[in-house]
Amino acid sequence: MKDVLKALGNSILKTPLGLLITIKHLFKKPVTLDYPRKKKPMAPRYRGRHYLERYNDGTERCVCCGLCAASCPADAIYMEPEETEHGERRAKVYEINLLRCIFCGFCEEACPEEAIFLGQEYEFSDDNRDSFIWTKEQMLVPHPRKDNPFKKIIRRVRKVYGVTDKNR
Amino acid sequence: MSVEKTVTINMGPQHPSTHGVLRVLLELDGETVVKARPIVGYLHTGIEKTMESKLYYKALPCTDRMDYLAPMSNNLGYCLAVEKLMGIEVPDKVKWARVCLAELTRVNSHLVWLGTHALDLGAMSMLLYTFRERELILDIYEACGGQRMMTSYIRIGGLAHELPKDLDAKVRKMVKTIRERMHDYETLLNNNQIFINRTKGVAVISADDAINLSLTGPMLRGSGVKHDLRKDNPYSGYENFDFEVPVGKHGDAYDRFLLRLEEIRQSLRICEQAIDGMPEGPYRTHVPGVVLPLKEDVLYKMESLIFHFKLVTEGFKAPVGSVYQGIESPKGELGFYITGDGTNKPRRVRVRPPSFINLASLPKLCEGRMFSDVVCAIGSIDIVLGEVDR
Repeated sequence: MKDVLKALGNSILKTPLGLLITIKHLFKKPVTLDYPRKKKPMAPRYRGRHYLERYNDGTERCVCCGLCAASCPADAIYMEPEETEHGERRAKVYEINLLRCIFCGFCEEACPEEAIFLGQEYEFSDDNRDSFIWTKEQMLVPHPRKDNPFKKIIRRVRKVYGVTDKNR
Repeated sequence: MSVEKTVTINMGPQHPSTHGVLRVLLELDGETVVKARPIVGYLHTGIEKTMESKLYYKALPCTDRMDYLAPMSNNLGYCLAVEKLMGIEVPDKVKWARVCLAELTRVNSHLVWLGTHALDLGAMSMLLYTFRERELILDIYEACGGQRMMTSYIRIGGLAHELPKDLDAKVRKMVKTIRERMHDYETLLNNNQIFINRTKGVAVISADDAINLSLTGPMLRGSGVKHDLRKDNPYSGYENFDFEVPVGKHGDAYDRFLLRLEEIRQSLRICEQAIDGMPEGPYRTHVPGVVLPLKEDVLYKMESLIFHFKLVTEGFKAPVGSVYQGIESPKGELGFYITGDGTNKPRRVRVRPPSFINLASLPKLCEGRMFSDVVCAIGSIDIVLGEVDR
């Protein structure tokens, strides 16, 4: 009997306290975002879709050394090398399977040329699986680029074979 | 003519309050549970086997995906085990940062637990509140590692990147906010008669049973056994921190609820201490051939570049031998038992998952009790099916 009375008293006296907290939230600003229209800015280190960087003169940074493919835990990267008319090595085929990719960022860390970067985009849905195999053309940043580089780490300038950014 | 007195039903694997894909085979006599058998394996991903075919450093993202509510704890456990195998010492700053991140993870995991447990018992708004606070922690993860859940931030021999500059401010803000909001949670639940009736005296486990079932974490401490690896077998510099290990009295779901709330408070304390006393130093130890060289060196120094190439393509060779490293994850003792065979891949990685072993107590918790208490029992064990099945 005593327990019942205590429980009754508890529910009558204490429950409104809890309800008060809930009611208070009616007058607060919502914490949610109006998502497809408004987006949350991601952190600078965010690991979204991949980008292949260029030097200032527009040459691709990637030399197709294969370190990103070697470090990929999901084996999502495929590449084939070729030579340019200047005798420099670059990727003929560079594909990333975004269905296999786990966005761990190991490729970005492994890259000794600072060529591959994981950017800020994160919406990848599509209606067929083929479109998830991204090619080099899709990932290369446009040449006269409009925005600043995604991640500022070191950005070594081009000095190999006596060719620099200035004279090309 | 004999009459069947009991009825056997299936709870799950798609039941919303089994926290994923747990299936419980229940034998009921009216509303009383006669027999309860958890059946696992619906989320089996073969992570342990996958890790055998990966280089040591490449197996790290697998650990994120086991207990996906506590990625940093898993990374920490794996990295400590490999560091033990290789005999690597890490700088003090790394230790402090790891402690801070592991405690953030504990808060994160307990907040999700609190929300879902209360949701199972009918308190919808708790879930919304705790997820709002969890967002603060995920923001810190994102600033550190670049991902909100699968961080892979703690690496063998240190951290992946330098700590972000505004970590101090972010952690302090988070600690302050959650401390304030804890008051709200308590007002909402501690005096809520429905919540008390559904948890007090429900899913009881005695200290002896808990020890015999080798339970760890809040499940064991809720029964009054003061066992915490952070105190009993300190790792990663936990001996330098001042915190209490709360214990329960009755071993019921309500005690475990209070205990986890207290653990959040203690974790916040440790976070603050770690931020206050964060030493200066490198974020990665210097062990050529085992730990990646710094990126600046790779770009400008020939030797570093060679080491970088060799390490990324071939990994490092671990000595022959076995190590075990247990850490106190939010759910209990998370252990990694790694056997090296002299090659660059582990011979075997065995994980001691706290959720899986704690789940074995489910029959003890609900047999002889009411059907609706099963939901409360599953909730108060705090399982993550990704870790149960691995």
